[in-house]
Amino acid sequence: MIKAILVFNNHGKPRLAKFFQHYSEDEQQQIVRETFHLVSRRDDNVCSFLEGGTLIGGSDYRLIYRHYATLYFVFCVDSSESELGILDLIQVFVETLDRCFENVCELDLIFHVDKVHFILSEIVMGGMVLETNMNEIVSRYMEQDKLEKSEAGLSAAPAKAAAAIKNIDLPTLPKDLKIPNIELPKLPSFR
Amino acid sequence: MALTLKKVKGSLDRMFDKNMQDLVRGIRNHKESESRYIAGCVEEIKSELKQDNAAIKANAVNKLIYLQMLGYDISWAAFNIIEVMSSPKFTFKRIGYFAASQSFHSETDVLMLTTNMIRKDLGSQTMYDTGVALSGLSCFITPDLARDLVNDILALMSSTRPYIRKRAVLISYKIFLAYPDALRPAFPRLKEKLEDPDQGVQSAAVNVICELARKNPKNYLSLAPIFFKLMTTSTNNWVLIKIIKLFGALTPLEPRLGKKLIEPLTNLIHSTSAMSLLYECINTVIQVLISFTSGMTDHSSSIQLCVQKLRILIEDADQNLKYLGLLAMSRILKSHPKAVQSHKDLILQCLDDKDESIRLRALDLLFGMVSKKNLMEIVKKLMVHVNKAEGSQYRDELLTKIIEICSQQNYQYITNFEWYVTVLVELTRTEGATRHGSLISSQILDVAIRVKTIRPFAAKQMAVLLENSHVIASQLQRNGMQEVLYAAAYVCGEFAQFIESPSSLLNAMLSHRVVSLPAHIQAIYIQNSMKLFASAVTQAEEDEDHEKVEELLKLVMGKLPAFVQSGDLEVQERASCILSMMKYASKAQGKGSKVAGDFNDLFKGELNPVAPKAQKKVPVPEGLDLDAWINDPPSSSEDDVPTTFNYKLKDNVDDFYSTKKEKMKELSPEERKKMREQRIQEQASNPNYLSSSKPKRSLHPMANGYQEPGDDTGDLPPVTDIDISIPLHVPGMTSSDKYLRQEQDRRRRRQEERKKRRDEKERKKDKKGRKGRKKGRQVVEESPDEDIEPVHAVDIVQEEMPEGAVQTDSEDDTKKEDIYKALDIDLESPLTAQDKLPTPTHRVAKESPQKGDEEPEEKKKKRKKKEKKKKEKKTRHHHHHEKHEHPQESLLLVDEGEEPTVAASNGDDVTTPVTSQDKVNGHQDAPKEKDKEDLDFWLSPGSGTTGATAAVNGDGDAPSPKQDTPEESPAKQHRHKKKKKHEKSSKHKKHRKEREKSPEKAETGKEKTEERPSTPPLPAMTRFVDLGENEHIGIKYETRVISMQEKQIMVALVFQNNVDKQLKSIEFNVLDTLNTRLIRAPGSTSHDPVKIPFILLPSSGNEAQLLFSVVSLNMPQRLRGTVTYILKDEEGSSQHKLDFKLYLPCSAYLLTAPCNSERFTHLLSSGEVSEKSSIRVNAPDLKFSHALQKICFYLKFSVVERVDDSASLYAATIQQHHVCLLIKAVPNGISVDGKSTDSSLLSNILDEVKEIFK
Repeated sequence: MIKAILVFNNHGKPRLAKFFQHYSEDEQQQIVRETFHLVSRRDDNVCSFLEGGTLIGGSDYRLIYRHYATLYFVFCVDSSESELGILDLIQVFVETLDRCFENVCELDLIFHVDKVHFILSEIVMGGMVLETNMNEIVSRYMEQDKLEKSEAGLSAAPAKAAAAIKNIDLPTLPKDLKIPNIELPKLPSFR
Repeated sequence: MALTLKKVKGSLDRMFDKNMQDLVRGIRNHKESESRYIAGCVEEIKSELKQDNAAIKANAVNKLIYLQMLGYDISWAAFNIIEVMSSPKFTFKRIGYFAASQSFHSETDVLMLTTNMIRKDLGSQTMYDTGVALSGLSCFITPDLARDLVNDILALMSSTRPYIRKRAVLISYKIFLAYPDALRPAFPRLKEKLEDPDQGVQSAAVNVICELARKNPKNYLSLAPIFFKLMTTSTNNWVLIKIIKLFGALTPLEPRLGKKLIEPLTNLIHSTSAMSLLYECINTVIQVLISFTSGMTDHSSSIQLCVQKLRILIEDADQNLKYLGLLAMSRILKSHPKAVQSHKDLILQCLDDKDESIRLRALDLLFGMVSKKNLMEIVKKLMVHVNKAEGSQYRDELLTKIIEICSQQNYQYITNFEWYVTVLVELTRTEGATRHGSLISSQILDVAIRVKTIRPFAAKQMAVLLENSHVIASQLQRNGMQEVLYAAAYVCGEFAQFIESPSSLLNAMLSHRVVSLPAHIQAIYIQNSMKLFASAVTQAEEDEDHEKVEELLKLVMGKLPAFVQSGDLEVQERASCILSMMKYASKAQGKGSKVAGDFNDLFKGELNPVAPKAQKKVPVPEGLDLDAWINDPPSSSEDDVPTTFNYKLKDNVDDFYSTKKEKMKELSPEERKKMREQRIQEQASNPNYLSSSKPKRSLHPMANGYQEPGDDTGDLPPVTDIDISIPLHVPGMTSSDKYLRQEQDRRRRRQEERKKRRDEKERKKDKKGRKGRKKGRQVVEESPDEDIEPVHAVDIVQEEMPEGAVQTDSEDDTKKEDIYKALDIDLESPLTAQDKLPTPTHRVAKESPQKGDEEPEEKKKKRKKKEKKKKEKKTRHHHHHEKHEHPQESLLLVDEGEEPTVAASNGDDVTTPVTSQDKVNGHQDAPKEKDKEDLDFWLSPGSGTTGATAAVNGDGDAPSPKQDTPEESPAKQHRHKKKKKHEKSSKHKKHRKEREKSPEKAETGKEKTEERPSTPPLPAMTRFVDLGENEHIGIKYETRVISMQEKQIMVALVFQNNVDKQLKSIEFNVLDTLNTRLIRAPGSTSHDPVKIPFILLPSSGNEAQLLFSVVSLNMPQRLRGTVTYILKDEEGSSQHKLDFKLYLPCSAYLLTAPCNSERFTHLLSSGEVSEKSSIRVNAPDLKFSHALQKICFYLKFSVVERVDDSASLYAATIQQHHVCLLIKAVPNGISVDGKSTDSSLLSNILDEVKEIFK
């Protein structure tokens, strides 16, 4: 079981927090902070597994994380999950984001956290892995997106126009935030 | 028109509303005043939520979710979230469910309102509506929702769309967790999904079953063939990993499974290119190898394969693989240490890794790799690392590990304690801050006190440490190592007779620098300087050196006043106390009398270590009743404030002693004796133990303390001269390296000697061994550990136990609470009327139309029948706690009925022992055993894949060849006979009439489920007894034994709501007696009621189970108690109560234990059951077989043998009392003769027999 999925940036700012077990908002913030503290002091060239987060889980739970450019993707899982499998799952998640947002960067996660959640809900449900096939995930997400657009229809036009105006003064998206495409030569992605 | 206008206006309004992106941007632009900005936004959101426009609401909720992520509580908007969830538009619905999944939890009270809405969404025509609802529900499911929606979810499991199916399958796990009763009825459907054509669904089903099986593996053993097939056919790595992990959990339960797995797993290891799969395969192979505890020699190749592959992982540049490789290595280490030890070089290398987690893993591994031979070498390596380690945390870890490695298992691996003391002293000089001064300190104390032979050496080392403490003090202080001085002072004082120059040490211990030490260390310094003084004076007086005595007195009296002024009370008191003694001594000395004797009297006697368990072992003196109130218990009105403390205290004491008492009774004398013998043998082979029968004195005369102070290191092993060539920080301190060299020399010498003595063949072996050693690392372990003799005759002092303590070896185990226990449900026994899913009865307008449609025709019928059935028969024919009656409802059972059972060709492998568990379960034992036989067949070496597939498909119309198997054990045949008899039972016919449509096969299944001979029909029996009833509520109860629990029984209470109003907050309480106590939640007092965890809906019933602890069980118990509950209706709620007396008869503690006639005869003739009693029951109309059945049913006896109109019966209590009955038919009734180990138990049981036939 996956107990929590956290995404935060290099400064510990949460970008996505999904808990599959109830914690109060304060506890959630504390967990994010503690996890950031644990993860951020590790070099990039050390292993991706961490034991001993005190707030979440206990002895059976491990943190499995990957660091992409400015973001940490952290999964807190128990011993029924395969460590390397979860690492692959993180990769699947990030690659899916990359496909859905077309060259995903931190800003996409900042401004579209709801969409990120919707994508995640195609991959993991209630703490259990639902789907690992990227094509399936992407196409399902896109279909729902289409459904949403069709519902919005004409009535959404003014809002879209407004959004377009607002977006003009959006700071130019720094390109260095782009997540580098990391390949996993040793781990074939799951079908 | 107006509507359109309104719409346009609404969307125009929206234009100017903030959406989530605006909110995010706003927060980013208000970095300094973030909280103020957000507060403003929240106000905006609140007003937006008040508007009617769904779009505005959804937008507002979307913003709230973002704020929630930032840590803002949004529970106040729960109702608005539900509004958004109920929107017909997918866009808004998705936002609503998303918000709910982020913020709702089981305590969110508005969830009660959502049941119907969620049901509607689950049944929606739009696939994504259903998907979104399922995703959301998986995050906030509650027991109530689970119960109300389980049928809908089950229906979705058969949806035509894989997208829905896989979600429905996955969420079923959450349903089971929240509502365990759903597991049994839903399991057949879940099992089907393992073979779903869609891979995603299959994967989800595997996922769910793996999660279930991980918590309660034994219930899922019978699925092994299916999983085996999946493993060999599936190509989905996710599925494979899950299955392989599941097998890892199953193999410990069934070693034969492991045998079958080894080959395919090995193949996978060779063939797969996915590291994740490879790693999990290795892990499971390790599990399998661990499960082969004995007699498996041909698997060394598998171990080698694993270790080799792991070595490749560890050598990989990828840190993740390295880490996991080490992790898996440590698992192998436990069962096959030799295989890992040959890779010691690799593991030591990992200590240099830049990654701390990898270093820690390597440390863990080293811990297990230590042997007598390599201890010194490994510790030396670690010491090097301690000195160069960066980061105090890792250094601390290293330090702790060194001490753990050395001290493990009572210092088992230490052959030379001088070396160990030296290591400890060296550790005190570790650079940088460490927290382990006290740990080292306690080790020094422990070793010095428990290892008698090391005392002189330790005392000398400690003296050196103390005398030079001024040199190293600053360093010690910096390192937090001052604590070591505490131990040093104590050792020097306690073993002062070994100190060479007491006066100089005395001088050092009372020097003015000491004042700067922490107070508790100062205190120990003063106390021990006194001991030192006593020893010195004794010596001086023996030498008739009066000047010396005077000099010593002067020294001490001169130094002490500094301490008398200390700010610390302890230091001050000790100093002034000793000072006045000195003054007195000085006076006496002036008069020419000797003072040494008096001083020595003060410190007479030897302190031995006290066993950690000792306190618990103090027996309760006779006549002391710890449970009785000393004063009258405070009345409840006083409970409020101050008395809570007393309560707590009392309860603690209670627990303390009650657990102890239990412990002492738990083992039978024979067992205890056996264990003790075993332990003594172990000790005998352990060189660190000397048998206690040997007089210690003869070993080491001067170890007896102060009686022989003059006797110096007579027959001590020679304390080696200090090697001056080594650069030491402090003169006089030895270096641990020296011992390593010494040890190597010693071993080499010994080996050479041996070599001389031995013949040609063995010489070769020796050479090899030496070569290995010359290389420095990777010592090839050739000779077993036993070959290494300790340098000293080591005498570890036995730990002291209080007088009268009973020796037990068992440690007090801690009780673990497991939320998954509720899911420990037997899935094999056929479904019964009780195992049905709840049909919604409240808050439901109508059944979801979709549900019925999607159900297969057959099932619908069954369901109807089930319901009808239930009405027909309110009283259940109910045997023990698993109840079943209508096996035709189970898909499982159909399988079972059809499957070929015992493979005659493999009969030898199939003998299933009739375990007590089998019998205890009464009814179920037949199908269970059957299932076991299938598994046996599959597992037997002969059955190939064909067997597997056969079992998987649950096919084979072949009639079960049960009767034809010649190899069956007599016990089994016996049972079959009963079954055959039972086929004739008219009860069975009655059932058949009722269910004419039931397939024949199901009937065969049914036969197996029944038991005990019965000729004419007997009315349905129930063990449920009325506990109490009033106009609102009725309570029935039944007692159940819990397997393996000698001190507990379970009382199952069925609460029935008699009114059409809700009953809630049901609380159950009884007045505990000394003998029988209700087990309450931890932390509650013995007066607290137990909350019944459910609400009783109108006219519904539910069962709760409570545990009682019992001490003695030969008397029936009557407990008075009360049930309180709140009656809720439109007008409001009112509290009511119902008093009752809970009667626990002696038969409550009986369990149906297997007993064959040989054993029975043996039991009777052995004299073990000495108590006799007999009764006669007058019941002219009673049929003998009925009588037998009733006794068996109500009192849980089993028939051992029946000859015409007499039968012998047997049962055992949970505390292993035997009860044997002989029942004979006599004119106008029956006679019952009983024999038992306990007379009062027997007579009570016979009374109950009488009661049955009244």
